[in-house]
Parts: sequence; structure tokens; C-alpha cells
Amino acid sequence: MWTWFHKLASPPHFYRTAAILSPWLAMPGLALIAWGAWQGLFVVPMDYQQGDAFRIIYVHVPSAYLSLMAYMIMATSGAIGLIWRMKLAHAVAASAAPIGAAFTFLALATGSIWGRPMWGTWWEWGDPRMMSELILLFLYFGYMALRSAIDDTAKADKASAVLALVGIVNVVIVHFSVEWWSSLHQGQTVFKKGTMDAEMKTALLIMILGFTLLFGAMLLRRIRTEVLYRERRTRWVREMILSPEGGS
Amino acid sequence: MDGLAMGGYGAYVWSCFGLTLVIVVFSEWRARIKHKRVYRDIEVRLKALEDRE
Amino acid sequence: MTTQERQIPGMFTGLFAMTRRDLLLAWKRPGDVLNPLFFFAMVCTLFPLAVGPSAEQLEFSGPGVLWVAALLSTLLSLNSLFLSDFEDGSLDQLLVSPQPLPVLVLGKTLAHWLTSGVPLVIVSPLLAITYRMPPSVIGVMMLTLLLGTISLSLLGSIGAALTVGLHRGTALLSLLILPLAMPIMILGANAVSLAASNDVYTTGIWALGAYAIASLSLAPYATAAALRISNE
Repeated sequence: MWTWFHKLASPPHFYRTAAILSPWLAMPGLALIAWGAWQGLFVVPMDYQQGDAFRIIYVHVPSAYLSLMAYMIMATSGAIGLIWRMKLAHAVAASAAPIGAAFTFLALATGSIWGRPMWGTWWEWGDPRMMSELILLFLYFGYMALRSAIDDTAKADKASAVLALVGIVNVVIVHFSVEWWSSLHQGQTVFKKGTMDAEMKTALLIMILGFTLLFGAMLLRRIRTEVLYRERRTRWVREMILSPEGGS
Repeated sequence: MDGLAMGGYGAYVWSCFGLTLVIVVFSEWRARIKHKRVYRDIEVRLKALEDRE
Repeated sequence: MTTQERQIPGMFTGLFAMTRRDLLLAWKRPGDVLNPLFFFAMVCTLFPLAVGPSAEQLEFSGPGVLWVAALLSTLLSLNSLFLSDFEDGSLDQLLVSPQPLPVLVLGKTLAHWLTSGVPLVIVSPLLAITYRMPPSVIGVMMLTLLLGTISLSLLGSIGAALTVGLHRGTALLSLLILPLAMPIMILGANAVSLAASNDVYTTGIWALGAYAIASLSLAPYATAAALRISNE
């Protein structure tokens, strides 16, 4: 188990494995998304309250879920990098941030588009989940800004890991304080629980699974770039690039 | 056509799915370009080093 | 070795020496303490000018405005928390000192709170009166500010430690700290609003107190780690 782990954590081995693994995550992911989207758009009957507008949840919920998961991955791998000084972990953290920010933006945008026909407004300040998601987007921006402001990669890795860890404690507090704040102002809730049929739920779960696999493939691709850049002065990169068959 | 109109909500539903596609594709495209640029930069530097030797 | 070890002063001596030194420095440069206060007063002046001076509106928005102004003025003073120490090299002395770094950091943060948070609490009633806040609500507001500024100073010290020595550090510091500080402002401002409308406001106060205690026990470690990282 541990030798396997150490082998995977070695940059050249990871670089090769990720290239093989990435399409094997992307293809089933895309297939699941295609099937889930078809189900969600055409097959599943419409919601009796929201009509066909509820079909937006098939992209909104997976995005919102991934926005949190990416932050978790970012903070956890940052912590692993800090504690066990694992270089690969920092590359994972650096790669998760832009994808996480993209999905957070997507969750906000689709939530806002859903809000237009449902609430009659593009943006509802009183909704606690929209607020938490917006603050999460700001956390991502802060993280990426700190990373790009520090020139030294090793220093940027450690500093941003500390920030991500402080942020993850805060995400919980943000969630509860925003819930409390919204309960004071009679905020509206986007998606009520327990109003979904089994058929709707299955399609949504398929979508979430597909998005997760796709996210994995996107993450692996970005980590490869990050590893290549960080290892640019090492021998294995030199041998790979100058070899007659070439690398990728 | 009724399936696409979604009871008047078609524009909202389709723009959400479209936006998701656009953002995922854009992110992947940016990642690919970045990878190629990093790879080429290293290649150029290594080739220059080799020529000097 | 043993005589040397005995000569190292205790933890609290280090903490209070740090606080005393920073307070003395602030005393010699009163502008550093006064400028954020002027800024606080000016932000509070901006709102009536922007949204109009009607009495109901001021009463309604008073708690929020005061809290936003307090948050921004605390941010303003945070930038200089480690900057002068970084520039004159005394930060390196702190890092190699035999005292535990989190304790020294706590001392510095305590001094920051005494020179930014406490003056803010003292000045805030003056501005609250102009927003027609009744005395009982002013009391609640001062309590929330007192508890909230503790957390703001501690949280801010993490951001200040992460950005010390960076170019364009000020804007970056705000970008890092504002989303983290939002819960404090939500709790504080809404507790005051609740008090103003004669509602139960204790939830906010308890939560602010809990936040202050949690940040008191965790933030110094994060700040110390961040300082070590930025000064490698």
C-alpha cells in the first residue's frame, strides 16, 4: 500500500499515470453527464411547482457540490503539503483552485438564472446559499491572488495552504452566520428538501457522479501542467522532452 | 419544438446548460494552452542548452 | 546551558513586553492610531450624504453602517501590524527569540486591539448618537464592537503575516481578510439591529463571544506559521 503510494507521489510516475488515467475519468464522466442531461431535460416529468425551470438544478447542484469539494481538496492537500512536505500535494492545491472558482461561478450564475423566473429577480440577497456561495467565490479569489502575488513557488505553496486552512474553518462559520442572518430577514430557500421524485433524484445523482469524474479529469490535467512546470529543471523532464519519441 | 420551449422556461434552462458547457470547455481549453506553453518553454530552454554544449 | 536557560524570561513577560513595546511605539506615532478613527468617522459621514438624511433611514441603517465602517477602518490599520518590524529587521529577532512565537504574536495583536479596536469602541457612541441610536442600543453596539474587534484583530493578524513584505500588500490584505471577516460583521451588525427593534439579540452576542474565544486560541498559531513562511 505504502510503496504504491510513494510511487504515485513521485512526480515522473504521477506525470505518466495521470496522462493515462485522465481520459478514463473523462469518458465515463461525459457519458454519465450526457445521459443525465438527456434524462433531466427531456425524460423526467416537470416539477408541479416550478414547471420546467427546475431542470436547471441538473447543472446547478453538481456545480455547487463541486465548488465545495474543490475547496476541500485544496485545503486538505495544502495541509498534507505543509505537514508531510509532499511536493505533489501543493501542485494539487494549486490546480484545484481555478477549477473550484469556475464551478463556484457556475453555481452562482445558474442559481441567478433560476432566480429570474422563480423570484422575479436575477439576484436575491436574502438567500443564504447564494450568499455562502458568493463568499466562497471571494475566498477562491483571495487564494489565487495570494498565490500569484508571491514569486517564490515554495513560499506561495505554504502561505496559500495556511490561508486555505483558515478559510475552511471559516466556510463553516460563514454557513451558519448566513443562515442565521437570513432567518432574521425571512430569506427564501432555493431548493426545498424532500420534494423530488425518485426518477428526478436518480438523474441528479447520475449528473453529480458524472461531474465529479469530469472534475477529476480536469484536475489531473492541470496537476500535470503544474508538475511539469515545477520539475522543469529535473533530469526526468529533460530526458522525457529530449527523448526521440518525445513526451506530451 | 415543445420539448425545447420548456413551457416558457426554455431560455433559462438552455442558457444554464449552455453556460455550463462554455465554462467547462473554456477551462479545459485554457488548461491545454497552458500545458503546451509550459512544455514548449522547457523544450526551447533544453534545446538551447544542448546546442551550447 | 542551565544558567542560560534560567535567564530566559517567562512566557507572560515576553507577551507583555511585546505589548508594551508596541503601545509605546503607537504613543510616539499617534497618527497611526488616529487615522483609522478619522477614517471610521468619515465613512459614517458618507452614508447620510449618499442615501439622504431622513431620520427613519438613518435609524434603520445605523447599525450596519457603523459596523461596515468599523470593519474597514480595522483593515486600514492592519497593514502596518508587521510592516515596520519587517522593515527594520526586528521581526527576524522575534522569529529567533526563545519565546514561543504564537505568544509574541498574541502580544502584538493585543497591542493592535488596544490601539485600534478599543479606541473604535470609545468613539462609536458619538457617531451612533448622530444616527439617532437610543442609549440601550448604543450599549449593545459597544459590546458587539468590543467582542468583534478582538476577532478582527486576530483574524487580520493572519492576513497581515501572510502579506508582509509583498508588493501591493494592502489591496491583497483586504481581498484575503474581507471574506473571512464577513461572519463577524453579520453577527455584530444584526445583533445591534435586533436590539434596535427590541428583539432578542443575545444569540449574536454569544456567537461573537464564541468567535472571539475560538480565534484567540487558534489565530496566533496560524499567524506564527504565516510569519515563519513569509520570512524564510
